[in-house]
Amino acid sequence: MISIPSVSSKLASRSRWIVLALGTIALLICFIYSITLGARDIPLPIILKSFITFDQSFDHLVIQTVRLPRSLMAMAVGAALAVSGAVMQGLTRNPLAETGILGIEAGGSLAVVLTLFIFGSASLSTYAGAAFLGAAIAAISVYALGTLGRGGATPLNLTVAGAAMTALIASITTSILIVSQRTLDEIRFWLAGSLSGRDFDLFLQVLPFLLSGLLLAFWLGRQITTMSLGEDIAKSLGQQTVWIKVLAALSVVLLAGSSVAIAGPIGFIGLVVPHMVRFFIKTDYRWILPYSAILGAILLLVADIAARVLLKPQELPVGVMTAIVGAPVFVYLAKSKVKR
Amino acid sequence: MRNSLLIRSPMISFRVDRRLPILLLVLAMLSFAAIVLNVQQGEYPISMIDIIKTLFGVDTGNADHAFVIYTLRLPRTLVAFMVGMALAISGTIFQGLTRNPLADPSIIGINAGAGMAAVGMIVLFPSAPIYLLPIAAFAGASFIALLIYSLAWNGGSSPTLLILLGIGLSAIASAFTSLMITFGSIYDVSQALVWLAGSVYGRTWEQFFSLLPWIALGIPAALSLSRQINVLNLGDDVAKGLGSRVEWQRGLLVLVAVALSGSAIASAGTIAFVGLIAPHAGRLLIGANHQNLLPVTALLGGLLVTLADLIGRILFAPTELPCGVVTAAIGAPFFLYLLIRNRFK
Repeated sequence: MISIPSVSSKLASRSRWIVLALGTIALLICFIYSITLGARDIPLPIILKSFITFDQSFDHLVIQTVRLPRSLMAMAVGAALAVSGAVMQGLTRNPLAETGILGIEAGGSLAVVLTLFIFGSASLSTYAGAAFLGAAIAAISVYALGTLGRGGATPLNLTVAGAAMTALIASITTSILIVSQRTLDEIRFWLAGSLSGRDFDLFLQVLPFLLSGLLLAFWLGRQITTMSLGEDIAKSLGQQTVWIKVLAALSVVLLAGSSVAIAGPIGFIGLVVPHMVRFFIKTDYRWILPYSAILGAILLLVADIAARVLLKPQELPVGVMTAIVGAPVFVYLAKSKVKR
Repeated sequence: MRNSLLIRSPMISFRVDRRLPILLLVLAMLSFAAIVLNVQQGEYPISMIDIIKTLFGVDTGNADHAFVIYTLRLPRTLVAFMVGMALAISGTIFQGLTRNPLADPSIIGINAGAGMAAVGMIVLFPSAPIYLLPIAAFAGASFIALLIYSLAWNGGSSPTLLILLGIGLSAIASAFTSLMITFGSIYDVSQALVWLAGSVYGRTWEQFFSLLPWIALGIPAALSLSRQINVLNLGDDVAKGLGSRVEWQRGLLVLVAVALSGSAIASAGTIAFVGLIAPHAGRLLIGANHQNLLPVTALLGGLLVTLADLIGRILFAPTELPCGVVTAAIGAPFFLYLLIRNRFK
């Protein structure tokens, strides 16, 4: 396989570009389909027309202010979650790493609940800032906790630390919601993870952070690949592992924090997507990361479509959908991938 | 072996620390004090002396005292104490079996299963009689435990898989729970959240007597298996080498732990972190030998929940915080402490 590296890698590289292009087309199709779906049937030509010559008609308004923002958010959040999962899996060499399981999203959502509880309603940037801060604190403490058990930051120890942190955060969140029924009523749909009726201005405010998190992750692709071979190997290859860890953690916090701020905690996308990508690309994170971004965007779009269609006209929180689909995958991965 | 006491009979043999009897005595006295304090706390003022008199059956000359104490306050306090004991022992067993310092029924899925069943009961069947709630919770806890154990069976049960699968299944259960919280009527959902946080509010002798048999059977069973936990704690290979029937014993211990935590959750909702805090505190006091550790953690757990209930009632009186919220608030700094202690060791 590695006998003629130059030729084989050229071939592999070409097929990878082709698959990437196919993936983008698939994403585009899902995106358009997601825009056509809704309580009101709007034919495709009118949708296309609304992008070219926007008149103030009802159909065009529905598309431009409700459906388009929602689909864009689904794509952005899906990509962010998937890439953050891939970065964490590569960095910690932990097949079960993911922002949902490791309690980072729970940290972000507790911070948002706290903000709403203390300030009543705050400005959008306050919510976003709270989400980033909460995600960062949770990430640091889970990592520190995970190194507690025997053998350091093994998949098992990290996962248990994440679950413990999630349990702790959940009980704090629950107690706030008991004390304040107003907070409960305002936030319970968001807390289950949802893209419905989310604020597009908030999305636009968070978007720069999300994009910089994505770019930072892509830029680190080569370093994460060496880290995924083991920290000793990375060191002996001349990598400054501390800096890689810090930067990668920064990108994870940017991605997780912005996705929580936009859509609430949505689990398991970050877990499932990198594993699906690895069916095609085994180790090279320069490719795994962009693939994860596209597949994550597709998956969350599809999950959101399913959440809208399944119990029509009632809408399910998309976070519940991803958990119901993703948790069995987690169980499978735990059984097959974790060394005992 | 100068530091240990040996208790031997044809049936059982215990080697316990010499400090154990004194420690147990101190803890028992503290627990009694906590129970008295908890009974004293309330709208109707009763002096400490009258409470102790009434508890020991001495007439105080005021018929109200007996009613307030025996009918209203004592059952609640005793339920809190027993729930604490059960959760602490079950946490100790899970930590010992999985050799993981963070394993606790609230983390490895037992609570999530019970929570899903109970919230489903509250939100989907608001008119169902209240006595069905503990049954549903217990069924949920047992069901998810059974599922975890059978899924983790891979030519033998693996402690690692027990934890990981517990976390995975608990995510599914929480997803359904949050689905019901999202769509339930706001009044039912508030009820469900109080239950989810864990509270002993309004518990009566009925709950006490339905919890009692589980405690009366479960705690002696755990104590008699404590030596096996020590052996299993060394790892499967060593345990097998020492002639231990690993699968059989682990299965039995999981059964005891689930019965204890399931019945506790059924009586008081999902009180988190007692099973995490009590064993660690117990290990600091008496060391890691489970023959010493189990009785100490049991009392510590009881003390913890009783005090948590007391604090929850005093802190924002007359609003009452569920005691599960208080234990979680104690759990947070305890986490940090575990962390820091490990850093500087």
